[in-house]
Amino acid sequence: MIELNNVSKIYQIGDERVRALDHATMHIYPHEFVSIIGPSGSGKSTLMNIVGCLDTADDGLYKLDGIPIEDYSENELARIRNEKIGFVFQNFNLIAKMSAEENVELPLIYQGIKRAERQARVREALEHVGLSKRAKHQPTELSGGQQQRVAIARALVTKPSLILADEPTGNLDSHTTKDIMEIFHGLHEQGNTIVLITHDNDIARQAKRVIHILDGRLTEVSL
Amino acid sequence: MLSLKMALRSISSNKLRAMLTMLGIIIGVMALVVLVSLVSGATSSVTDAVSSLASDLLTVTISDDYGYPVRLEDLDDWSREKPEVGSMAPTASASVTGKYGAESGTFTVYGTTPPYYEIEGLQLTMGRFLNRADIENNTRVCILNYAAASDLIGFVDCLGEELSFNGMKYTVVGVLSEDENLLTAVLNGSYVAYIPYTSLMRLSTTVTEAVTGFVVSPGENTAVDQTEAVLDGLFNERFQEDEDAYSIRSMNVMEEAMSSITSVLSILLGGIAGISLVVGGIGIMNIMLVTVTERTREIGIRKAIGASRGTILRQFLMEAVVLCMMGCAIGIFLSWTILRIIGVVVSSLSMRFSLNGTVVLISVLFCFFIGVVFGLYPANKAAKMKPIDALHYGG
Repeated sequence: MIELNNVSKIYQIGDERVRALDHATMHIYPHEFVSIIGPSGSGKSTLMNIVGCLDTADDGLYKLDGIPIEDYSENELARIRNEKIGFVFQNFNLIAKMSAEENVELPLIYQGIKRAERQARVREALEHVGLSKRAKHQPTELSGGQQQRVAIARALVTKPSLILADEPTGNLDSHTTKDIMEIFHGLHEQGNTIVLITHDNDIARQAKRVIHILDGRLTEVSL
Repeated sequence: MLSLKMALRSISSNKLRAMLTMLGIIIGVMALVVLVSLVSGATSSVTDAVSSLASDLLTVTISDDYGYPVRLEDLDDWSREKPEVGSMAPTASASVTGKYGAESGTFTVYGTTPPYYEIEGLQLTMGRFLNRADIENNTRVCILNYAAASDLIGFVDCLGEELSFNGMKYTVVGVLSEDENLLTAVLNGSYVAYIPYTSLMRLSTTVTEAVTGFVVSPGENTAVDQTEAVLDGLFNERFQEDEDAYSIRSMNVMEEAMSSITSVLSILLGGIAGISLVVGGIGIMNIMLVTVTERTREIGIRKAIGASRGTILRQFLMEAVVLCMMGCAIGIFLSWTILRIIGVVVSSLSMRFSLNGTVVLISVLFCFFIGVVFGLYPANKAAKMKPIDALHYGG
């Protein structure tokens, strides 16, 4: 499903070269629920960007669904993100001027799916996260937990191979965190592959497999 | 369709800004449409005026007769003998002081013969025009224009009244209709009188039996050009093949001159208005650049969930074009309103101003073009953003 082999990423910040990922190797198989844990500055975001095809590696090989992600054009990467990956971000990243259902609909529009099918799938996704009644609300009219649920609906509406969640509960209180994590567990039970990036041990431990990242190096801890 | 919907939504989310941005385009379109429509409206009414002066009229001026002066009899002979020539009438004029009782004023007095009435297309309101007997007997009769009768004499129904030109008494035998044509009124001045050519010879020392100017109408079923060619042949022979000895002018020349002047004027005004449209376009580009920066995060989100470069480009380009076209539509509507108001205000000048279809079409196309040209750079800037940079922008 996800194959990282000796992947490195180096940033040039001023005169300093920062090795954000140092020969990282990891394999994630279909239907797994994996969490990646590490303190801030450990290379989590870089890993997430590469796995999410938002950025490309400087060195090493990355295969998603058996397809090597290298030397792809920007537009091809956009298509891969659209079809294979569902993103859930810490700060929700909903488009403020659009209602919940329009936000969820957006990736389907980019796939060129017809209106009737789009609406059916949006309804289904919102039902899945328990937000059918709030479909017409704008993000500013929703609570943090509700916004994150809209974001999850947007991530799963395309039926992606992988749901990639970057600190999905980082901005939420403990009660809401529990709700959101339940949704992730539910999604996993339905057969979705989930990669969850966090700095919180309690959250990480809820996954079946935990990978530690420190200074750009990965170490696996099996539970 | 979807990008159109998105563009409309984004524009309506900041109405004041959209309105201010469009203002440049609105003013540019208004300048273009109103100015060009005004020029073309004025042109068409002036052209109407010129052609109502009888566009199939030839004016002949003789500057050197080589000892073969043209006499009144010659004019009659030619119009009888040449089928291409309709009627001919001499025209000579003098500026004289006209007196009626205690009132006096400066008159333009034309000395001519009866065919003049038909050739020039004059209209009598009462009385008669000159007749043969007037010419043969040098009768002191005159036909006044409406202004002379109503202003100087004081009443229009003035047949039989006597007035004097430079001290010589003339009897009014006819009054022309009120001049509705703005141009002839301007060209002729206020007071005009027509008297027998032979009579003018007594009144003015420069007018002699040798006719130096006359008007010609073409014969039946004859084009003006043919008549002109026949006259040309005639005078060329008579005046020893000296083409500078005479000139034949048709009113068509005047119309052509008018239309070239006005088309130059249209292009000039249109060009100036076009510049203001370009300035409006720069305003659009400016605000689109601000919009792109403000919405960097949104662009990042859209790219993360799968928007391609082209999709983002289309979205922002569409927004710029929609802004331009909305401005254009408002501008055209306001122009229409302004032209209606001007039309009502100047209705007395018998000019008609209406929206010129061509310039509306041109301004629509030009606005579209400006929207694309000035929208392309900001849209491309948005499309080129890297998703990670855009996502992390400002938090």
